[in-house]
Amino acid sequence: MAAPSIALKQPEMPLSHELRGRVGMWCLIAAESAIFSIFVVAYLYYAGKSLGGPTPGEVLHVPIFNSICLFSSSFTIVMAERAIAQGKLRLFGTWWFLTIALGAIFIAGTAREWYRLIYEDGLTISTNLFGTTYYSLVGLHAFHVIVGLIGLSIIMIFTALGYVAQEHAERIGVFAMYWHFVDAIWVVVLSVVYFIAR
Amino acid sequence: MANAESILKPMVVSPAAEGARPLLDLLHDWIVTVDHKRLGLMYIIYGILFLVIAGLEATVMRIQLAIPHNHFVSPQVFNQLFTMHGTTMVFLVGMPLLFGLANYLAPLMIGARDMAFPRLNAFSFWMSALGGLILYFSFIGGSGLYGAGSAPDVGWFAYAPLTSPAFSVGHSTDYWIVGLLVSGIGSIGTAANIVTTILCMRCPGMTLGRMPLFAWLNLVTSALVLIVISPLTAAQIMLLIDRYLGGHFFDTQAGGSAVIWMHFFWIFGHPEVYVLIIPGFAIASEVIPVFSRKPIFGYSIMVAATLAIGFLSLSVWAHHMFTVGMTSYANAFFTASTMAIGVPTGIKIFNWLGTMWGGKIRFSVPMMFCVAFLFQFLIAGLTGIMLSASPFDWQLGNSYFVVAHFHYVLMGGLVFTIFAAFYYWYPKVTGRMWNETLGKWHFWLFLVGFHLTFDFMHIPGVLGMPRRIYTYEAGRGWEIWNLIISIGVIFQIAGILFWVVNFIWSYFRGEPAGNDPWDAWTLEWSTTSPPPDYNFAKIPVVDSRRPLWDLKHPEDPDWKYE
Repeated sequence: MAAPSIALKQPEMPLSHELRGRVGMWCLIAAESAIFSIFVVAYLYYAGKSLGGPTPGEVLHVPIFNSICLFSSSFTIVMAERAIAQGKLRLFGTWWFLTIALGAIFIAGTAREWYRLIYEDGLTISTNLFGTTYYSLVGLHAFHVIVGLIGLSIIMIFTALGYVAQEHAERIGVFAMYWHFVDAIWVVVLSVVYFIAR
Repeated sequence: MANAESILKPMVVSPAAEGARPLLDLLHDWIVTVDHKRLGLMYIIYGILFLVIAGLEATVMRIQLAIPHNHFVSPQVFNQLFTMHGTTMVFLVGMPLLFGLANYLAPLMIGARDMAFPRLNAFSFWMSALGGLILYFSFIGGSGLYGAGSAPDVGWFAYAPLTSPAFSVGHSTDYWIVGLLVSGIGSIGTAANIVTTILCMRCPGMTLGRMPLFAWLNLVTSALVLIVISPLTAAQIMLLIDRYLGGHFFDTQAGGSAVIWMHFFWIFGHPEVYVLIIPGFAIASEVIPVFSRKPIFGYSIMVAATLAIGFLSLSVWAHHMFTVGMTSYANAFFTASTMAIGVPTGIKIFNWLGTMWGGKIRFSVPMMFCVAFLFQFLIAGLTGIMLSASPFDWQLGNSYFVVAHFHYVLMGGLVFTIFAAFYYWYPKVTGRMWNETLGKWHFWLFLVGFHLTFDFMHIPGVLGMPRRIYTYEAGRGWEIWNLIISIGVIFQIAGILFWVVNFIWSYFRGEPAGNDPWDAWTLEWSTTSPPPDYNFAKIPVVDSRRPLWDLKHPEDPDWKYE
């Protein structure tokens, strides 16, 4: 039996196959958001419930420079997306490299902050509830930044080797969605950790 | 690809290796496959394998509880059995079976040649398989390097502080955590894949309003999986931090909270129940119309009710925690939201009845399982409404009444519809018909066994028998009920044996089924049985909810009425 195909009127087309990368990434973002929301809830629930110090007010300083770097990387990746959509591969490589550099500065800043907290302020993940929730939430975000940096670097290597072309603009865009998500989550983590629950 | 290899290979292969090639090739094909039908079948076989294992665990528990003061297994082993039975049934039986059915059927139903991300599909399956392997490896390696293994014994919801390093020595709990974490990654991957497939891979004309309900309901299920598996993953990461890095999330001595674990677990745990039962609804919504010879009654209401169940299910989790002690506001809220979920569920039951009403019903085995499902799910829903009232729950929470209630949902609801699905789509998957007589034996034995076991399980619950006890004293009035419950298991096993014999025998000797043995209406029946690798030689174009009806009845097509 042949497939049914008695099309008398023009069939209505569903969502395009081309969109599947973006829909898939939205699904991943939904799942990741749920993970983050549980960690954020735990952070807020345990805020101020530590039995001993150090407290957030004593040891946390708002990472202004770090945050500016991470937020700027969303801008640079958008510029990179535009460049590849227009086929300007050299420009794409430059913006892409800048994105990696900004992300790396952010991670280096987090590492410095943790070093100071551990060696100068004596706060580790097992010191008190603040330590447990702080390192978990900020660490979960940092883990996502590192995964993003690995992905960005792989694409950078492929670009340097000449494998990336204009036709990959859609896939680059899908990956950029992940990077934007990592940036957007930092808005939440930053405001919860450094402002709301201080 | 395979053809190119078979042309090239004979030149280099040695005569000795030739005999071994076909089996190895076959195995290799299955292991590297990215075909949604093969992955779907692997999911289903994996689910059935663990169904047998978890069923045997339940059987051992019922032997232990059949008479008072029994010494069939030790208390330690009993704890491991109920933990592994629950964990296995939810994560390694329910979800793989449902993902398997969705994997196999959803692309066929929406007129696609494969899933949106075939390689992600294979990755997700193998992650789930690895998760199951890790969980069951605990029987050998659960205590770490000390020799004898031990399985997790903290219950399937693993309440704190029982899971803290002080009370759960060794690594058995870690196997529980890591096994589920890994299989959770597979679940999220497959759920993302199913959502994307159903949204983006539909054939021309297959609008959202014309999708088979099976596809709609699996879309809702998978969207739900995306947001409910993650809280469990997050909570398990926290538990690992507590156990290995000295964190204090669930450590009450350092200001942490054991109750917050319950919240995090049930934020996952209750929607999970709907993740398991909505695909059961999906199966009933395909089988009942075809065997009643009527299109589904209230298609759009069915979709709306499913969405309502999906949303409401996210706001009912703390009804698992009435006995923990919450504020009266929380008790009132979760009682009300839980009762509210009965409304869309009731609408669904009326719609299935409305579909059967005035129809020309054919009582073949799939339909019999679906009719039994309707009755049983109704009773399960009613005991659910009873338990949703928090004062009632204070009395019967953590009793055998609760055990009876959720087994009524998952056995009477889910397992019955899964059997309906197995019988309904078996001819499509294998190309052969099963034996009707053996199928009816399976149905009736299983039905009797189910009712002996789970109807009578309510009574010792009302009489005060708590769940998870490994034995009990004589003279409390529980003995006769427990004996009947255990006798029911024999009937269930007998029914299952008929099913296994029927399906194996029919695979080799069954009548050829043809493309469309049920005179059905959805696209999977328009292709050959079993479907070719590419599903459809020509991508179909549809004009109504019943494309195959349109094709078979050009004089009276459905699209005239849309």
